[in-house]
Amino acid sequence: MKIAIVDYGAGNLPSVERALRGLGAETERATEPAQVSQARAIVLPGVGHFGAFVAGLRERNLTEPLRAAHQSGTPILGICLGLQAMFASSEEASNESGLRFFPEKVTALPTNVKSPHIGWNQLRRVRDGRLLRGVPQDAYFYFAHSFAAPGSAPPTVAACDHGVSFAAVIERENLFGVQFHPEKSGETGALVLRNFLELL
Amino acid sequence: MPLARRIIPCLDVDAGRVVKGVEFAGLRDMGDPAELGARYNREGADELVVLDISASFQGRATFLDTIRRVAEQLNIPLTAGGGIRTMEEGRAVLLAGADKVTVNTAAVQRPELISELSQQFGAQAVVLSLDVKRTNGSWEAYVRGGRQATGRDAADWAAEAVERGAGEILLTSIDRDGTRSGFDCEATAKIAATVPVPVIASGGASTFEDFLAVFTNGCADAALAASIFHLETHSIAALKTFLAERGVPVRQSR
Repeated sequence: MKIAIVDYGAGNLPSVERALRGLGAETERATEPAQVSQARAIVLPGVGHFGAFVAGLRERNLTEPLRAAHQSGTPILGICLGLQAMFASSEEASNESGLRFFPEKVTALPTNVKSPHIGWNQLRRVRDGRLLRGVPQDAYFYFAHSFAAPGSAPPTVAACDHGVSFAAVIERENLFGVQFHPEKSGETGALVLRNFLELL
Repeated sequence: MPLARRIIPCLDVDAGRVVKGVEFAGLRDMGDPAELGARYNREGADELVVLDISASFQGRATFLDTIRRVAEQLNIPLTAGGGIRTMEEGRAVLLAGADKVTVNTAAVQRPELISELSQQFGAQAVVLSLDVKRTNGSWEAYVRGGRQATGRDAADWAAEAVERGAGEILLTSIDRDGTRSGFDCEATAKIAATVPVPVIASGGASTFEDFLAVFTNGCADAALAASIFHLETHSIAALKTFLAERGVPVRQSR
């Protein structure tokens, strides 16, 4: 069984794919419900627009298989927009609904700081988590986003501050998410992906 | 937890080779883009920019191939552009492995290009490349590789581009480019104060002090340079140590 990288029709799949394969993982691009249902683990990569993301999942009939995978305990890792899609909704597309794994709402970053939040930032650990095992406290990760889930959301294991505290790493049971791009975050990013693979 | 100030090497490419231009004219071969990209990735660059300086229709396929070859070497972000005229050309650059695409001349001619790219790929993927020249105390936007004046005030154009969805500004001082006389801190500070998105300063880098100045007086979020890194005049690690010792937040490789 392979790791399904969900292909919702946009987004930068090759770099996530290359990073996972570089760590020895077998991956496939999932565009069909069966690929999601049969996967050993699922990666939801994402750049772009929340509305386009969830609509892309819906048009490919991937929303229900993702919810079923969550129920059956398949590890799921959301990256950037993929993390945001795990929440109920987003200000970026208020008429669309997310995967609703978590009830909180994704909101725009405040206007008193530069947005998009683009660049390398550090994390503030909230509690112990599995994705950050062995990652130095002061490690930097690459972020590129204008919206974020609240740092007060219960699944948050590490927050980041950019005008507001937002969820940078989330974990609950088989659900994992990172607001930064591990595939673009050098060696420390690779360590986070390795930690995810080691859960499988 | 402040954002780290980024150090960004730039590869100007023509026909699949990295070249070095002086004040937008005169070329010299500097090596293979994939090899240089791999070196900068290893040495602690925070991002890489690849610009197609030929920007010719015939050269487009070669440029996309260059992006693919460079992207394969990286686990840091890649920005690419040069001569992007349409949404489809922008898409091709992103699909080839770039995380962000830069637009310049075509966006001045048809600003909707920025809106279209931003709506499709998100503001974080759209960088306005803004080439400026000082004229009577303000800065004018230039296009066509710095050869043609637009008559537009650079700050006004930057503000419009951000309004339309550009997520970053790559600001190049034509006056300073290739001169090794330091970044144009005044121009950078002016644009950084005008727009609510990150500003990457470019043109004129020579010494470590130049980088310190553009991050402090220039209020830059990132600084870009080409030849001083290609020629190994400066190592990125030594530059970051210099900046860290002077209180500038940087990401240091371990």
